[in-house]
Amino acid sequence: MTAFLNAGDALEIGGKKLTSRLFTGTGKYASDTMIPRIIEQSGSQVITVALRRVDFQSGTDNVMKHIPTSVTLLPNTSGARDADEAVRIARLARAAGCGNWIKIEVISDNTYLLPDGYETVKATGILANEGFVVLPYINPDLMVARALVNAGAAAVMPLGSPIGSNRGLMTREMIRILIDELEVPVIVDAGIGRPSQACEAMEMGAAACLVNTAIASAADPVAMAMAFGEAVRAGRRAFLAGPGAEREKASASSPLTGFLYQEAR
Amino acid sequence: MGFYDVYKQWEQKDVDGLLKSVTSDDVLRTLAKTRLHEQDYLTLLAPAAQEHLEAMAQRAHDQTVAQFGKTVVLYTPMYLSNYCVNHCLYCGFNARNNISRKHLDAGEVEEEARRISETGLKHILILTGESRTWASMDYLKTCVAILSRYFTSIAIEIYPLETQEYRELITAGVDAMTLYQETYNEALYDRLHVKGPKKNYRFRLDAPERACEARMRSVNIGALLGLYKGRHESFYTGLHAWYLQKHYPEVDISVSFPRMRPHTGSFNPDYPVDDVNLVQAITALRLFMPRAGITMSTRENAEFRNQILPLGVTRMSAGSTTVVGGHTQKNQDTGQFDISDERTVDQMALSLSSLGYQPVFKDWQAIKA
Repeated sequence: MTAFLNAGDALEIGGKKLTSRLFTGTGKYASDTMIPRIIEQSGSQVITVALRRVDFQSGTDNVMKHIPTSVTLLPNTSGARDADEAVRIARLARAAGCGNWIKIEVISDNTYLLPDGYETVKATGILANEGFVVLPYINPDLMVARALVNAGAAAVMPLGSPIGSNRGLMTREMIRILIDELEVPVIVDAGIGRPSQACEAMEMGAAACLVNTAIASAADPVAMAMAFGEAVRAGRRAFLAGPGAEREKASASSPLTGFLYQEAR
Repeated sequence: MGFYDVYKQWEQKDVDGLLKSVTSDDVLRTLAKTRLHEQDYLTLLAPAAQEHLEAMAQRAHDQTVAQFGKTVVLYTPMYLSNYCVNHCLYCGFNARNNISRKHLDAGEVEEEARRISETGLKHILILTGESRTWASMDYLKTCVAILSRYFTSIAIEIYPLETQEYRELITAGVDAMTLYQETYNEALYDRLHVKGPKKNYRFRLDAPERACEARMRSVNIGALLGLYKGRHESFYTGLHAWYLQKHYPEVDISVSFPRMRPHTGSFNPDYPVDDVNLVQAITALRLFMPRAGITMSTRENAEFRNQILPLGVTRMSAGSTTVVGGHTQKNQDTGQFDISDERTVDQMALSLSSLGYQPVFKDWQAIKA
């Protein structure tokens, strides 16, 4: 078991082995200059960035300058309203040198920012065929998730609660079903507001967590990044350690079957 | 049913009376809700809500940071033409005003674009007066083709178009539109717009919906504050935004709160909106529509813009001029109105950073097929 706690427990996606199971983001920071310290303190090895925000020509306002080259870039299709737009953004990202990982976000409802499962499946099929490592952001819906796996998704990224809400694992039971049923990694994305919630997701068996708003909106984002890194590690260790079963009552003795063993004692 | 029907329904309800009937307890109950509806929005715009302005402001700030982070998207306006056929009593471009009229040719548009892009801005807002002769669809498409080489987001603030025309401009590279209804009060609108195509209240009112129908990515609306009672105008602006978001959930809906500024002509606003009322309007809108963008232009002065930044603002203009060709040319007598915040883009970016906000130069990537 100890082997799993170290390099042997790497998360494999798209041919890469990740020893950190915390994915981070680049949005909502008061300054992009925080990003290197967020990466360093959290240990995160994957960072998502909205292509809409990247200005490759700018010498000053370019978020990419702040992302260490050792980190795997996960461009996302923020702003896409349908599969066609997501596909075009993904191709632009790859052409701009952002690699072949893509987080598909297709959002056609700006009030709740909930992902559009149908369009996401369409985009996933097209991009997986083009050689992208596709990580789609979804509602934790088993049928959509299965369709995504069939379409070639490398992992699925179900939301814990609405994006940016910091409300935690409101969709806990649905995520549990995905973890039980899918053969691809389940990465909890969106809604995680506290390190304890990330820890819980990992204890449940999530492969990783993506956390952005909870870190960016903290009073001390760097310290919060460190806390999330520790929480995700703790949750993963707990999952591997095999948590004991939950009971509703204390069970120090065996009131119903204890008589069977009285003579033997 | 379009937004006009919603407007008509509320007009029959005596909005003045409803605003006056709101109590302090009503406001507290509303502030305790997690999701607000039309009546709640009206409650937050009522005079009784002013004693709770700090609580509204704090919640608006929290909502904004949660939704948008500590970021502000920057853009600048580029006036292409001030020829206008309308006779609107309050506007500096009024066809009857004796001002210099100018229209940028393709070379001048390119020069303006080059100069503005040197500041790092990627979002541009192009404006024209209403003249299908001087600002024709072909002219606009030519300008957009030039601007696409310098900017990743091109917004229009021009006369209202038909749905098909919006589609054509989207195909050309436009992704956002701004259109102010000026006043939602239909009778006053008729009096203020003496002559010209702008006299058609319904055609203007329905234009944002036509843009949504055409799949514009972002639609920004507002009323020109000062023409009529501020609470009314804010209420109908918010209702209009709410209506658009409900019917076109895929569109980014945003709202501006432009207060009237001095300009050529002698029109003085009958209903000036003071700072307290403006803050109430901004915070109420943020609580009503947590995801809506809120734009604050350089009509407001630097100090006030700095102060209201945390209350819900998500977009600001910088390095602004309302003069046709004003980014490159010396002739400064063609402006629509005087601006109040004359900070350059660099100064604006530094100011935002010092206030703990990230100035965002690029928040959209053109994805033409």
